[in-house]
Amino acid sequence: MRTAVEIADARAEKLGHQLYAGRARAIIERASIALRSSTWVPIATGFIEPVLYLLAFGYGMGTLIGDISTSSGAVDYTIFIAPGLLATSAMNGAIYDSTWNVFFKLNESKLYQGMLATPLGPLDVALGEIIWALIRGLSYAVAFMLITAPLGLVPSWGAIFAIPAAVLIAFGFASFGMAITSYFKTYQQMGLINVALLPMFLFSGSLYPITVYPDWLEFTIKLLPTWHGIELIRDIWFGVIDFSSLSHISYFVVMIVLGLFFTTRRLRDLFMR
Amino acid sequence: MSESLISARGLTKKYGDFTAVDGIDFDVAKGESFGLLGPNGAGKSTTMRIIAATSRRTSGTISILGRDPEEHGPQVRAHLGVVPQQDNLDTELTVAENLYIYGRYFGLSKKFVKGKVDELLSFAQLEEKKDVKVEALSGGMKRRLTIARALVSEPDILMLDEPTTGLDPQARHILWDRLFRLKEDGVTLIITTHFMDEAEQLCDRLVVMDKGKIMAEGSPAELIKKYSTKEVLEVRFGSDRNKEVAPILHKMCDRIEELPDRILMYVEDGEKLLEEIVAKKLHPNTSLVRRSSLEDVFLRLTGRSLIE
Ligand SMILES: Nc1ncnc2c1ncn2[C@@H]1O[C@H](COP(=O)(O)OP(=O)(O)OP(=O)(O)O)[C@@H](O)[C@H]1O
Ligand SMILES: [Mg+2]
Repeated sequence: MRTAVEIADARAEKLGHQLYAGRARAIIERASIALRSSTWVPIATGFIEPVLYLLAFGYGMGTLIGDISTSSGAVDYTIFIAPGLLATSAMNGAIYDSTWNVFFKLNESKLYQGMLATPLGPLDVALGEIIWALIRGLSYAVAFMLITAPLGLVPSWGAIFAIPAAVLIAFGFASFGMAITSYFKTYQQMGLINVALLPMFLFSGSLYPITVYPDWLEFTIKLLPTWHGIELIRDIWFGVIDFSSLSHISYFVVMIVLGLFFTTRRLRDLFMR
Repeated sequence: MSESLISARGLTKKYGDFTAVDGIDFDVAKGESFGLLGPNGAGKSTTMRIIAATSRRTSGTISILGRDPEEHGPQVRAHLGVVPQQDNLDTELTVAENLYIYGRYFGLSKKFVKGKVDELLSFAQLEEKKDVKVEALSGGMKRRLTIARALVSEPDILMLDEPTTGLDPQARHILWDRLFRLKEDGVTLIITTHFMDEAEQLCDRLVVMDKGKIMAEGSPAELIKKYSTKEVLEVRFGSDRNKEVAPILHKMCDRIEELPDRILMYVEDGEKLLEEIVAKKLHPNTSLVRRSSLEDVFLRLTGRSLIE
């Protein structure tokens, strides 16, 4: 058996050993233990929301709308919104753990202070929490896929790649969400996240193509991560992978890197100053 | 003294313009138990955090096992068990889960940590509470769990910031006993406390800090010898008369200390002085002759009683 000291010494020569002990999985293990005894209600509601949208808009309003014309031809309205809502599921799940839960741990429970008194570094904590959040995003996306497939809303087998894409999207949102949360100090500021997310979701092309907007608004929406996420999943859903899909992917890679960078820096400044 | 395990020179910590730790020097030898005493805000916890590699110094040097915590933070922390002044247990987990996951943070194997959890549950006398969420524990139980948690990685150095605050007398004595045993096993202890009896019991050597500076250093016995007299006579005349008689008492003794409720007189022979006082027809309401304690040293050095 290796002792705590031997484990730390073995890592000492590695680049960035001050920030990362290579043990984000310990944080994930902690989260999975905590999950066992947590209530399932908030977890279920986070997942049900997009399903409700699918029912209300797809099977409700969709019957009035009929087909919708996209770059790849006319598609049934319900099939059009399904990928948008799958992207939303992934984002919802990722945001759930990386914002409010992180806020509680930062401010109420001093949990990270305890973690950072061990050989763990701030990047272990950031990465562990973010990966945990993205796992939730991923499971929402998978569940959403399992619901939509038997309903005939998944046009081809290729759409299975929406799942890895959902991982990327969830990673981006979790990473950025935790970074922002780590700078917030009050519940009011945290409330802003919710206030911002709903319109971002509604107006980013989940329910209708953003070509209906005037140019300036269309341009603005195209800067939002919600739009990039929805578009990426939709590209995969309908099998139209092109240069714009790549730009969506790069958008999330940048989001992940920035989020990790700022979260790590903030944790270090808060607990190791 | 054997080679020093921890060595600080000119250690300084500033928060903005405020200097919390002001150029202190100290050494801690392997296996020693070292105490940091001082009134509220003296800089004890700040010093503890710098040693524990969770706070960065502003200037000066510090080495722990020959390593600078700023460059080798994770390695330094791997040697330490930390009991912070305020418990920071994982409130979402149970007692046993708290111990388990803390071991995992150090990278220890599941098998090893599981064995350790049972051992530590019995150490902290929390076997019956092992599946209870931390929130449902009493303050003293939480404290015991925090101390047990610090031992999960089998540290060489145990950092205890006011370990027994909130413990009942029995739990305190049990903890002292456990700490003695750890010391026998060669664990180095660094302790801050506001309890003088605790400092006398546990510390081989201690420093008294005030306003970020070290005022005195030595073993409890040395400090008493150096900064106090053999005996102390405590007299109470009632709060109104204390002021009145103080000037007279001043002439009878080299050093006296006027506290709100009583007057302390530092002498070699307390009984003799008391006889002299009575002979002057200054009848105190109550009187007590006792041996000097660390509390008297503390009072002398910081001008304040220990528990404010
Ligand atoms: N994070 C911080 N930011 C600003 N000032 C701080 C911070 N931490 C401590 N201080 C200040 O530094 C001084 C020393 O604090 P410290 O906690 O080290 O005292 P202490 O000796 O442990 O006191 P106590 O007996 O009350 O625990 C105090 O005046 C405190 O207000
Ligand atoms: Mg303190």
